[in-house]
Amino acid sequence: MGTISRGFTGRRSSADAKLPPGQYLTTDFPVLSAGPTPHIPLDRWEFVIDDGTNVLRKWDWKSFRELPTETITVDIHCVTRWSKLGTSWEGVSIDTMLADVKTDASHAMARSYGDYTTNLPLKDLRNKQAWIAFRFDGKDLAPEHGGPARLLVPHLYFWKSAKWVRGITLMHQDKPGFWESLGYHIYGDPWREQRYSGDE
Amino acid sequence: MWRVGTVIALHDETTTARTITFEVPDWPGHVAGQHVDVRLTASDGYSTVRSYSIASAPNSDGRVELTVERLPNGEVSPYLTQELAVGDRLELRGPIGGWFVWHTEQTEPIQLIAGGSGIVPLMAMIRSRASAASTAPFRLLYSVREPGAIFYRDELLALSDRNHSVSIAYAYTRATPKDWPRPPSRIDATLIANTTWPSNLVPTCYVCGPTSFVESATDLLIAFDNGRDKIRAERFGPTGERK
Repeated sequence: MGTISRGFTGRRSSADAKLPPGQYLTTDFPVLSAGPTPHIPLDRWEFVIDDGTNVLRKWDWKSFRELPTETITVDIHCVTRWSKLGTSWEGVSIDTMLADVKTDASHAMARSYGDYTTNLPLKDLRNKQAWIAFRFDGKDLAPEHGGPARLLVPHLYFWKSAKWVRGITLMHQDKPGFWESLGYHIYGDPWREQRYSGDE
Repeated sequence: MWRVGTVIALHDETTTARTITFEVPDWPGHVAGQHVDVRLTASDGYSTVRSYSIASAPNSDGRVELTVERLPNGEVSPYLTQELAVGDRLELRGPIGGWFVWHTEQTEPIQLIAGGSGIVPLMAMIRSRASAASTAPFRLLYSVREPGAIFYRDELLALSDRNHSVSIAYAYTRATPKDWPRPPSRIDATLIANTTWPSNLVPTCYVCGPTSFVESATDLLIAFDNGRDKIRAERFGPTGERK
C-alpha cells in the first residue's frame, strides 16, 4: 500500500469492480485531442488501406456506408483515467474491411485527418475487436469525438481509437505513432495498466 | 515510479481554486506544460488517481506547484482544496506529456489562450520564460467568468508590467470589472483579431480550457489563417452537450 492520505476516504462504487486498475467512472464523455478538431465534409472523406507503397483497398463515404454495419456496446477506458461503461456505437468491423486483403503484416498504423497516428498489432484489429465507428448513442459521431468516423478498439486505452481516421497502413514491424512517441505505452492494455512507456 | 511529495505551502487563488506547493526530494525536473498524476490512498487501502497540470516553472529545488479547481461533485478536488494541510504527504508520478509543452529554447512568438483553470499549464510557460530570461514574445488571452475568477492575478500583472514582456488580454464571460469596454461575452473573432498575434508572424499557439472553449478558440485561430500544425490544445471536462 502507498502513503496514506490523511483524512481521505474517497468514494467506492459497485461499478469499480468492472474497471481496470487506476480508472474511475464517468458518465460524461471527455475529449482528449492534441490540436484543433478537423471538420471533414463527407464528400471529401475517404478511407484507404495500404501497405506503405500500394493502395490495397479504398472507400469513399458512400461505398463505406454500403458495407454491413454492427451495433457495438462496450466499455471504454481513457489513459487520463476515466472509464465509461456500456457505450453504444455503430460501425463497420475491420474484419469486413480487411476481408479481401491478403497480407502477412504484423502491425498497423492508423492514420487520421489532422496527421494523428497510432500503432497497433494487426491481430488487435481482427477478430471482432475493432471497428470504424460513425455513430455514437444513436447519433452521427460529433467532430470533437472523431466524426465523421473513428477507429474503435475498446480493449486498448482509448487513444488507440484514432479520431477522424482516414486509413490503415499495414507494416512488417511495429513503429510508434503520435502519443507512443511522446511517452505513452507502445501497446496500451488498460487491464495491465500500460499507460506510459516504461510501464510493464 | 511514484514519489512522495510533502505539502509545504497552500495558497487560495480564488474561492474555489487552491495552489498546492509540494517538495519532492527526488523530482527529476519537468518542462512547462507537463502534468503529474496524484494518487490518494484511504486508510483501508482504497486509492484513486487524478492528473493535474503543473503550474510552476522548471526549477532545481524539487518544488512542484499544482493549482486545483474544486469540482462540485468531485471525489478528489474537494479533498485537495479543502482538507489537505501543510505537512501532509501525497504520492506523485511524472512529469507526463511531451506535446503540450514550451521549451525555453523556443524563440518564436507564442500565443497562449486560456479558458478558466486552463491557465495553469500556460502559467508554467509564462513562469518558465521569466525564470529562463527568455525574450520570446508572449501573448496571453485569458477568458474568465468574472474578475474574481482570475488565478495568479498579481503575478500576471507584475510579469506584464516588466518591460511589457508578456502582453495580457482578459475576456470576461459573465461579469466584467467596472467600466470595462466590452460587455460580458465569449471569445470571438473581434477579440482574436485585436489581442492575438497576427498569423503572418507564425506564432505557436497553446490553447487550454474546457472542451467547448478549446473548440471555438482553435476554430477562430484557424479562421485567422493560423496553421493547424501551429496549434496545440489541451481540453478538459465534458463536451457540454452530452451529460
